[in-house]
Amino acid sequence: MSTNIEERHEPTGGSQRLSLRSMLIWGAIAVVGAVCWAVLALSRGEQISALWILFAALASYFIAYRFYARFIAYRVLKVDDTRATPAERLENGMDFDVTDRRVLFGHHFAAIAGAGPLVGPVLAAQMGYLPGTVWIIVGVILAGAVQDMMVMFFSMRRDGKSLGQMVREEIGVVGGTAALIAVFAIMIIILAVLALVVVNALAESPWGVFSIALTIPIALFMGFYLRFIRPGQVMEVTAIGVALLLLAIIGGGYVEQLGLENALTLSKETLTLCLVGYGFFASILPVWMLLTPRDYLSTFMKIGVIVLLAAGLVLANPMLENEAVTEFGREGTGPVFAGKLFPFVFITIACGALSGFHSLISSGTTPKMIAKESHVRMIGYGGMLMESFVAISALIAASVIDQGLYFAINSPAGATGGNPEAAAEFVRTLGFTISPADLTNAAQSIEEQTLISRTGGAPTLAFGISLIFTEAFGGALAAFWYHFAIMFEALFILTAVDAGTRVGRFMLQDTIGNVWRKYDDISWKPASWSASAIVVALWGYMLYVGVTDPLGGINQLFPLFGISNQLLAAIALTLCVSLLIKHGKTKWAWVPGIGLAWDLIVTMTASWQKVFSDNPTIGYFKQRSVYQDAIDNGQLRAPARDMDQMQQIVTNSTVNGVLQLVFALLVIVVVVNAMVIWVKAVRAGGLPTTEVPHQPSRLVAPSDFFATKAEKEAVRRYEELIRAGDER
Amino acid sequence: MRSAVIRAGRGILWYLREATGEAKWHEYADRCRRQGVTPMSRREFERHRADHKEQNPQSRCC
Repeated sequence: MSTNIEERHEPTGGSQRLSLRSMLIWGAIAVVGAVCWAVLALSRGEQISALWILFAALASYFIAYRFYARFIAYRVLKVDDTRATPAERLENGMDFDVTDRRVLFGHHFAAIAGAGPLVGPVLAAQMGYLPGTVWIIVGVILAGAVQDMMVMFFSMRRDGKSLGQMVREEIGVVGGTAALIAVFAIMIIILAVLALVVVNALAESPWGVFSIALTIPIALFMGFYLRFIRPGQVMEVTAIGVALLLLAIIGGGYVEQLGLENALTLSKETLTLCLVGYGFFASILPVWMLLTPRDYLSTFMKIGVIVLLAAGLVLANPMLENEAVTEFGREGTGPVFAGKLFPFVFITIACGALSGFHSLISSGTTPKMIAKESHVRMIGYGGMLMESFVAISALIAASVIDQGLYFAINSPAGATGGNPEAAAEFVRTLGFTISPADLTNAAQSIEEQTLISRTGGAPTLAFGISLIFTEAFGGALAAFWYHFAIMFEALFILTAVDAGTRVGRFMLQDTIGNVWRKYDDISWKPASWSASAIVVALWGYMLYVGVTDPLGGINQLFPLFGISNQLLAAIALTLCVSLLIKHGKTKWAWVPGIGLAWDLIVTMTASWQKVFSDNPTIGYFKQRSVYQDAIDNGQLRAPARDMDQMQQIVTNSTVNGVLQLVFALLVIVVVVNAMVIWVKAVRAGGLPTTEVPHQPSRLVAPSDFFATKAEKEAVRRYEELIRAGDER
Repeated sequence: MRSAVIRAGRGILWYLREATGEAKWHEYADRCRRQGVTPMSRREFERHRADHKEQNPQSRCC
């Protein structure tokens, strides 16, 4: 809204006087937040309600959005609604497309949020609820949401360039190449670990396999329906799809009666093969067949689940069973993943606090659809706050279940022995009590064969959600809710895996296309098939490593996943700092700088420990040498059961350690390259950038979620003008 | 009260139309009508959009 915004924001930035009414409202929100934080800070040893966490989070988000995000938008970035966005200038009705801010918020949120914010907090709950809560809330406000919004803004000012392109053009060829390799490699790791979560949730679970397998024919049906029967009727087909999906979950309860129980009780290795095959076909089939309809289902479930979860939490008002900070946080001896609170909480929880992967979505697709520059605040910052809320809900769900059960579910099979007696004994050594009978009962309550060592976070979360929903909505539906939760997690992950494989295939074709032109042709079958095969082989190999690792795949790979995601964030934040300095805004470089500094401290410490620690549960290479020495002496070391497994541990540790080292080095290359630019830019008082020059905007649109009276009036006048123009 | 419910319902329907991309077709058809051009069939229109998605994969995050 060209003129109005200018009057309202240009002279004063975000700091115009608050009216008395809004001062009272914001004062009340601040008081609620302060009280919740005080309760969280002061209660030790007594049980408190989970709602303190929920409302501490909500109050903090509101205040951060209202004040900090506004400050960043109007003072630091200086969003300018008189400037036409790429969507307005280059509108083609396809990728460049002016989109209503609330609709784009939905699209962007659906693209950034998936299983990540659900899984990380569950694993981090081993350190207690408090470290995770603080990091999710503070992290998102000062780092995660800042990254998403800034990357979105800078990409928008460059016609929607991707992160890799911007690093190359604004920092340098060396940094750009390193960033490109890092992005590709990190994507592979992320896909592998996400797939591992699905494999762990579905292994030995015929009900789960039944419902997830059915999502494929359901999606195919939807795809053909949209293509041939009723083109374009997306709402209608999604309603049918969701109904079928619910039937598939209910139907899963009858696998035994259907005589499918044995056929659908699949081992992890079989599931791995199925996933690899699925990824390959999803990548080469036309998108309308599988990917697009799956995306509709997944998005619908995403929104539905978040609404249900928020309502369920408030209705059930569950008590936290978890301690504020457990001894595992202080000692670093936790069974779920090794290492101390610092740095490992901060890398275990990536999505929800700070997720580098978002910078790939915030650059590229979304910026090409933004109607007005000021919308980066609600879409970039607001969208990430929403994801953070999902992470907080997941942390709560993991913290309301019995802690003995939590550790029985999340400790690797090598530790629990996989049977109720041994698991109960192992949990006792951790300082918790749960009887073997209780473990069996818990599994029976949700109609699973066992819950012991169902690592990966998904089963824990599903169990917590089924507790909360049963409490909130009544009825004896624990088993249904459990499988409902497993279903949506698997659905999110499979959507990320199939879309990710396809994106990876395009990246690979594009890169190889630089030396061999023909390979870049995405409709040339030999290229698309071979590139798809390479991508699935890469993440499939890592998945296989995780699935068969005697030390527990999640235990071994999740840190690698977290660190690589945060390293990607380091690249994105480095770009933001560089651009601010190049634009002559060095005094504001601290805004992304806080997140960058903290992120580098955390990831470099974690990388250092994972590579060089002489504690074999943490350091990959120490682990390697301990097992190699044992092999040389002909000894067997627990939890390996034979020499093959010993050899496997040696290979896996080497692979993981090398990857860890390479990622960290790539990021250092980018940061050092950027520092050279920083020095040059500071000396010169700024440097030219690839920003597209100002072109006047004609479009009028409100700038925040809710339009003000003046904005509504301006929109009305603008629409009248358009109509008059059309009639002429 | 009733009018508020109706308005909310309309709002939700509008949002779903926009978010699913169904509104794209209606916009296109309206535009053609205003300009007095015969629009392509809905089937062709949706194919055109699907072809575009084919070339431009969108990443989904974790």
